[in-house]
Amino acid sequence: MALETKGFLSETDVAKLPGVPSRNRMERSACAVIECAQAIPCNPCETACPEQAISIGTPLTRLPVLDEDACTGCGICVAVCPGLAIFNIELNYDDRNSRISLPYEFYPLPAVGESIRVLGRKGEEICSSRILKVRNAKKFDHTAVVSFLVPKHLAMAARNIRPDGKYEDE
Amino acid sequence: MEMTNQIKKDLRIKNHPILGKAPEGTWVEIEVDGKKIPAIEGEPIAAALTAAGIRTLRITKKFAEPRGVTCAIGRCTDCIMEVDGRPNVRTCVTSVKAGMIIRTRKE
Amino acid sequence: MKRTMKKTQLVVVGSGPAGLSAAVKAAGYGVEVMLVDEHARPGGQLFKQIHKFFGSHTHYAGMRGPDIGRLLLKQAETHGVSINLETTVWGIFQDRVLGLVRGDRTERIQADKIILATGAMENALRFPGWTLPGVMGAGAVQTMVNLNRVLPGKRFLMVGSGNVGLIVSYHLLQAGGHVVKLVEALPRISGWGVHASKLARCGVPIEVSKTIKRVCGRGRVEYVDLISVDEAWNEIPGTEQRVEVDVVCIAVGLNPLSELAWIAGCGHKFVPELGGWIPRHDESLQTMVPGIYVAGDVTGIDEASTAMEEGRIAGISAAEALGCLDKRIADAERGKAYAQLAEFHQSPWGVALAAAQRKMRTGEQDGA
Repeated sequence: MALETKGFLSETDVAKLPGVPSRNRMERSACAVIECAQAIPCNPCETACPEQAISIGTPLTRLPVLDEDACTGCGICVAVCPGLAIFNIELNYDDRNSRISLPYEFYPLPAVGESIRVLGRKGEEICSSRILKVRNAKKFDHTAVVSFLVPKHLAMAARNIRPDGKYEDE
Repeated sequence: MEMTNQIKKDLRIKNHPILGKAPEGTWVEIEVDGKKIPAIEGEPIAAALTAAGIRTLRITKKFAEPRGVTCAIGRCTDCIMEVDGRPNVRTCVTSVKAGMIIRTRKE
Repeated sequence: MKRTMKKTQLVVVGSGPAGLSAAVKAAGYGVEVMLVDEHARPGGQLFKQIHKFFGSHTHYAGMRGPDIGRLLLKQAETHGVSINLETTVWGIFQDRVLGLVRGDRTERIQADKIILATGAMENALRFPGWTLPGVMGAGAVQTMVNLNRVLPGKRFLMVGSGNVGLIVSYHLLQAGGHVVKLVEALPRISGWGVHASKLARCGVPIEVSKTIKRVCGRGRVEYVDLISVDEAWNEIPGTEQRVEVDVVCIAVGLNPLSELAWIAGCGHKFVPELGGWIPRHDESLQTMVPGIYVAGDVTGIDEASTAMEEGRIAGISAAEALGCLDKRIADAERGKAYAQLAEFHQSPWGVALAAAQRKMRTGEQDGA
C-alpha cells in the first residue's frame, strides 16, 4: 500500500475502507468519510458521534465502521479524530460543486472568502477555491474545520488547503 | 512545505496554532562572547542563543570542532559553556538571568 | 559542609507522565510523596506533545499533551505531592538514600520506597558530519519549538519515520518550519499511517530506503547528501541526492535513561524490542533491589499513554508495600491498569513490545 511506502492512501485504497460511505449515500446529503486504514488503538470518533453512527467496539484497534444511514453529516468527528483522518463531504452541494470540510491546525486560520489552493493527499495542487466556512469551536480544541467548494469530480481527492495570502509572524 | 506562507523575521515563534500567542516574557540582555543578545528571563540559555542564530556553543579540545545543541534535555553535554565564570554549565537546562555573561570556551 | 538527612516514604524521580501518575496514585492512598525533577519545568516530554492523544477516553484520548500535563499537576497538587524542580538526583546509596543537588546545596534523603521514572534519550546516528551544529535529536527540535518557542533553523531534514519523526515533522510545520524531506532507511514507514498522511498532504516528501551519506557545512549544517540503500543496508551507487537544509533531525529511536538504576545496583537486561538496557523488574514493577520500582520509558520505550498506566502500577505497588493499601485491592487495581495497557498494545506496533515486557515481568527464561 502506498500508505506504507509514501505515507498516503490511494483513492482505490480509500474506497475499500469500512469508514467510507457508498456513492449512493454521498449523493443524498453531507456525510462523514473516515479514512482510517490501520489497526491503531483509538476510538474518540465512536465516542463523539451524537448519532452513534461510528462503531469500533473492542478491541480498540478495530477500524471504525460508518453506519451511513445514521450519519447526518454534522462534522463533529472531523474535529475530534486525533489522526485528522476524517472528512465531511457534501457531494451535491449544487449542480457543479461538492463542499469539502476538513481539519486544519495551522496559523493563521484563513478567513471566509479567502482564496486558497486545494491539495490532494500527496500535497499536490488540484485546484483553487475560496473558504466558505470556518468552524473553530472551543470544544474542537484548536482543530478548526474549514469548508470550501471543489468541482464534483475532485471530491474524493481534495484533502488539504494552502491559503494564498502571506502573513508576517509578529 | 511551508503551510502558512509565513514570513519569519526571526526564529522566535510569536503565534502558534495550538500554543497560541507567545506569553509576555521579561526581556533581558545577556552577553555572549562579548556580544549582547536579547533573551527572555527564565528560558534556557541555549534557547536564547538558538533564537539569536548562535549555533556553535563550544569548540572541542583535540580537533577544534564546533558543537551545538544536540539533545536539549541535559543529557549529552554538547551544549556546555562557561556561565558567569562557572565552566561546563549545561545551557539547555539552565535558565537565563539578566546580565549573565556567557563564553564559548575552547576546551 | 553540614549535611542534613531527611526521611520520606516515597521519592519519585522524574515528573513526566509516569512519575506524575505514580506520585498521584500513591498520594491518593495516603503515602507521603516527594517528586523530584532536574528540570525547571515539570511534565517530562508531555508538554511538548501538542497533538491530540489516541487510545480511549480512559487514556485521555482526544486531549493534547499539555492539557493532560496540567491535569496531572493539578491532581498532584491536590494530593499534597511535594514537587521539587531543578533538583538532581546524583546518586542512590544503600538503604535507599538518595543524594540530591539543588542549586549549590547538596542534601541526602532516605526514602522507604523509590520509583525511577527517568524516561529516555534519543539514539545518535553516526555519519560524516554528525557533530556539526544543526544536527540534533528530533526530541531536541520538539523541545525547542514547543517548549521554548524557538525554531532551531529554517529548512529541516527529518531522519526516521517512526512516530517521533512523523509527529515532530508535523510540529515543525505548525511552527512555521519548512520540512524539506523525511527519509527512512527501511523500505517502509515504521510509524502510523495517519501521522504520515498529515505530512504527505502538506507536500512533505517521505522517501523510504534512503539514508544519510554525509552532512556538510562550514561550522554548521549547510547540505546533506542522501543515498538509497537496499534491504541489506548496502548503498546503491549512483543514487546520491543533495538537499540543502540547515537542520538535520535524528529520529532513530530512544533508549532508556537507566543510570540511576545502575547506580542503585539494579540488575539489567539488554532487550532490543524495548530500546536497550532495561532494569529487570517484575509485574509489580519492582526492580531487583527491594523498594526500588521503575515506570515509563525506563521500563521499555513506549508512549505517554502507557507511561501513565505504568506510573499508576508502580504507585499502587509502592503504596501496598508501605502498608497503605491491602493486597486484594492492589491486585485489582494493577489488573485494571494492565488491561488498559493490553488494549493499547493490541496493534501491530504493540505486539512485539508487549511480548518482550511480559517475558521480563514474569521472569520467563529465553527459549521458554
